[in-house]
Amino acid sequence: MNHLLSIDDLTGDDIREVLRITPSFAEVAQRRIAKVPALRGQTVALLFYEDSTRTRLSFEVAAKRLSADTLNVSVSSSSVNKGESLRDTAETIEAMGIDAVVVRHRSSGVPLQLTRWLDAAVLNAGDGWHQHPTQALIDCHTLHQQLGDLSGSRIAIVGDIKHSRVARSNVAAFTKLGASVVLVAPPTLLPAAVSTWPVTVETNMDAAMASVDAVYLLRMQRERQNSAFVPDLREYAIRYGMTSARAALVGPDVPILHPGPMNRGVEIAAAVPDLDQVVVIDQVRNGVAVRMAVLFLLLGSGPPPELPIASDPSSEAATSATST
Amino acid sequence: MTGAWSIRGGTLIDAHGTRSGDVHVRDRRIVGADDMPASATEIDATDCLVSTGLVDLHAHLGEPGNEPAETIVSGSRAAVAGGFTTVVAMPDVMPCVDTAAVARHVDVLAGSALCHIEVAGAITVGRSGVHLAPLGELADAGVRYVTDCGTGVQNPLLFRRVLEYARPLGLLIGQAARSDELADNAHMHEGEWSSRLGLAGEPAEAEEIVVMRDVSLARLTRARVHFQTLSTAGAFAIVNAARRSGLAVSAEVSAAHISLADADLATYDTNRKVTPPLRSESDVNAACNSLLAGAIDAIVTDHTPCTRDRKERPFDQADPGTIGLETALGVALTRLDDPAAAFRALSWRPAELLGLGSPKERSLMPGSPADIVVVDPNQNVRVAAATMHSLARNSAFEGMELRGQVRATLVAGDPKVRDGQVMK
Repeated sequence: MNHLLSIDDLTGDDIREVLRITPSFAEVAQRRIAKVPALRGQTVALLFYEDSTRTRLSFEVAAKRLSADTLNVSVSSSSVNKGESLRDTAETIEAMGIDAVVVRHRSSGVPLQLTRWLDAAVLNAGDGWHQHPTQALIDCHTLHQQLGDLSGSRIAIVGDIKHSRVARSNVAAFTKLGASVVLVAPPTLLPAAVSTWPVTVETNMDAAMASVDAVYLLRMQRERQNSAFVPDLREYAIRYGMTSARAALVGPDVPILHPGPMNRGVEIAAAVPDLDQVVVIDQVRNGVAVRMAVLFLLLGSGPPPELPIASDPSSEAATSATST
Repeated sequence: MTGAWSIRGGTLIDAHGTRSGDVHVRDRRIVGADDMPASATEIDATDCLVSTGLVDLHAHLGEPGNEPAETIVSGSRAAVAGGFTTVVAMPDVMPCVDTAAVARHVDVLAGSALCHIEVAGAITVGRSGVHLAPLGELADAGVRYVTDCGTGVQNPLLFRRVLEYARPLGLLIGQAARSDELADNAHMHEGEWSSRLGLAGEPAEAEEIVVMRDVSLARLTRARVHFQTLSTAGAFAIVNAARRSGLAVSAEVSAAHISLADADLATYDTNRKVTPPLRSESDVNAACNSLLAGAIDAIVTDHTPCTRDRKERPFDQADPGTIGLETALGVALTRLDDPAAAFRALSWRPAELLGLGSPKERSLMPGSPADIVVVDPNQNVRVAAATMHSLARNSAFEGMELRGQVRATLVAGDPKVRDGQVMK
């Protein structure tokens, strides 16, 4: 694996490997010095053409805990308009001897396009409506913590599937792990060729909630009500929102996920995020460890950190000695 | 340097059929063997196909206004290298060809071209779809063809007026059939691949509802309508049914739409972003079958040169278009297993639509103008835009292996390509 562009490029075993090594990276965060030298001397550029403080911070913390140097390439939002040359950007980064580029862009395909002009590893941190592979790996990890092996489980993804990179990534990831996916949305918010996807479709939220093992809510953009995708957000909340009644219908053991940030009162009723079954904070917490695992798999060499590290103080001492 | 040339030993293909023979050229025309001087130069066409010169109904030549991408001269070099002897230059230049003065200016520029350039005019002022351009004045200035290209004429009432007003002028009216509202600023065909790639999709119906509408207007006005770069199986069927019902409708398809499909966008190659978008595999096959059956009249290049910076962008921000003058014949010979159908769609049928002469008049028989192409169909060529004559490099066909190498192109009796080389 040279890049992480799309979940479509991964096998189920690739995803399981990320899930297998993630706990050892999560453990690093618990250490007094929350850092391992795995990527020491390597430089990771964070190229965010679209604002996303959460994702950028998560990648930055992950890279720093692996001892990589990080570089925020600030692309002012005003210049993210028409006319930017991707090749110029790529060649500039290449000239600086960067080892990996984490890229977020509002246009689908940009991470893949950058690989044409870059030798550095490219990690897709979200491109247009296309893919957000690390989010999907985080969600797989979070669900794995909740449900164990996802094989045979039934996961509902609810909301604006059509315009969602999270939905595209998660449909691929969940099904590669053997889960079955039901998409819940009004027909206007489904992709045109949803019949070619390995999913079932349900337009009635209550019917879908009757028998699921997990529910994944997508963020509903306010602009959608201005282009006749839905009449208004009130009707959307009534028909497709996770109300307290629907949370009760699915049952307290069914985890509810959301990629954040949540529109309270739209896709999720105001009181629901406080329920124990809502695991949004777990998703955020898992973000750093999963991204460490991904960066390690792309850039690292040798085995991942030992688990638990505390059992072998001599190796830590040796590491400290060589690093000073 | 128009002289006397004998093209010997080839397989002749024109509207009269396919046969072995020689073609003799003298003083810009095809003549009989008896009329040739002893000093005639021989062009060896052994194992080659010889046909009437190719006619492209649809090319954007960049000049005036976009000279960094292409000029009329550089575009004409690409044209003759690809076997074309006549190219229709689209009016979407800067300034737009919406007055006789601009048409005459482009005509002057075309005087330096290596092939015949037919200047197309706009239907509406500035191609903005509001006011009619002076169609009579354009016709008087020698314009044979008018179109608003890219945008098409969206307003049905305005298009009705165009068809009625232009009827006595003898103009061919080209329409880029697409409902902008239904297309909704999409970047590719709506289907499995747009759903997968996360790109906004344009349904086939955005094209088909306007073709249906304009077939109705052709019936209402009894006027001729030429549909530009159709791309969907549904649109081909609508045009074919209209023609069978006796309406004077015709249609073209671009070389890209007979050889590439939406699946070929899997790597977000912006050189394959074209208008209309690459459609599904079944649409591509329908296009080939319609050409073989004669239900689509013409293959066009839709040659659209773009500078590098217009293409090295995110897919949704890149300009659409591919260059095509140097690859259209190869694509046609590769995709259509019938050279006569390929030459019909690339030469004598578009010539007829443009009013350059009936297929029997513009042929390889004595008396015809000496616009001739000689192509070796057994030589395969791998497309490499870097080696092309066009100033632009945005070829959707990069890396493809195409059948056929142009050996000679004669424009008005003058060899502009000999031994596969464009003349200096």
